[in-house]
Amino acid sequence: MNIQVDLTESNNVLEGFVRGEIDAHTAPVLREKLETYQSHQGLKAELDLSDVNYMDSTGLGVFVAFYKSVNANGGHVKLKGLSARLKRLFDITGLGDIMDIESVGKGGN
Amino acid sequence: MSQEIEFQYKEILKEYTKKQTEQNLYVGQNFSRQLILENIAPEEVISMHKAAIQELYGELPDVVWHSFDFLIEMMINYGLALQERQSLLKQQEELKVEMDLAANVQETLLKTKLPILEGLDIGLLSIPARKMNGDYIYFVSDHDGYAGVAVADVIGKGLPAALCMSMIKFGMDSLNSSHALPKDVLGVINRIVEKSVDDSMFVSMFYSNYDAKQARLTYGSAGHEPAILYRAKDKEFSELFAKGLLLGVSPVAVYEEHTVDLEKGDLVIMMTDGVTEGRNDEGFIEREVIYELIERKKKEPAQTIVQYVYDELERMQSAQFQDDFTLVIYKKV
Repeated sequence: MNIQVDLTESNNVLEGFVRGEIDAHTAPVLREKLETYQSHQGLKAELDLSDVNYMDSTGLGVFVAFYKSVNANGGHVKLKGLSARLKRLFDITGLGDIMDIESVGKGGN
Repeated sequence: MSQEIEFQYKEILKEYTKKQTEQNLYVGQNFSRQLILENIAPEEVISMHKAAIQELYGELPDVVWHSFDFLIEMMINYGLALQERQSLLKQQEELKVEMDLAANVQETLLKTKLPILEGLDIGLLSIPARKMNGDYIYFVSDHDGYAGVAVADVIGKGLPAALCMSMIKFGMDSLNSSHALPKDVLGVINRIVEKSVDDSMFVSMFYSNYDAKQARLTYGSAGHEPAILYRAKDKEFSELFAKGLLLGVSPVAVYEEHTVDLEKGDLVIMMTDGVTEGRNDEGFIEREVIYELIERKKKEPAQTIVQYVYDELERMQSAQFQDDFTLVIYKKV
């Protein structure tokens, strides 16, 4: 079980790639990295999850906390490259309706 | 340090310096274990050694005595590290005791009584992956032919999750009605959870209300894994989907509710993602596998089906559930 999180920020635009599995073991790594940026005013974050092959509810919790914090500071979070399995997770939890998400095969590429 | 210990050390050292046998060395090894038990620091052992050598072989070059003094200084931090380790061990023991207490409190909190309803057979199994359960199941019943059931999964594990469950319980107790509608129950608990927990803790919850007289199930979901309906007549499974956001994300979330009328042999399967998100070496255990397991045992009592699904999934995952497992089956009889 492992995770790789690459975040680069310039001019308040945060680009991120997450690879691997996001579960109870790896979620703290992701949370810690995202927390560095979440209180920036007006942050525009775009996280690419196309190489995330597994995510459980703990991972979902990390994204929601990040989303709430960024939103509260006037910013925006977009998650893209969601696999069908991840998309289902966001749809079931109702988060797909309030967050900006984009699944594989739609828009962008 | 007692003179007794110093004396014993000197004797053991004397024997060894006379004759370097395995036996004499072994006596020394055992003695060192006793020193650790008595909390004697490494620098004290060296002081003791120096004193013993002085007594046994008084005349040695000064350089030997200086080197012992230097070694004593070198060992002081080792002594501190040892003390630290001992206090950590003690703390760990205390934490374990507190965790056990918390698990006991949770067990009391989690206690729920299966309702008795005309024409409905209920099976239930909830097993935590670790000491504390992140899943919560609670029945509300007034013995008037109605019963409510909440199946919830607290995201965020351990102690905070256990505390969060008490909010759900009190929210449901405050409504105090087996007639309460899912959209109202979910709305109330959402407001309680939203006010009370931090940003990274959420609850997904499925709530259903069963009217035994009409065999009617009214259900709603707050971001929870959809329940599954098995129609005996069609031999088909379908998801009971209801739109609704996780509890604790937004104070203004609203919850849908739907109804379904059950017929003889129909099953309603309510669960947490510990049931559906199973994994083994070959990948995910698909929902179809769970459907198949249920279908095989559909003629059996609800409790037998629930136990069978658990046993089989446990076998498939080599007895290693990563997540808490909660499964409830309603069977219309």
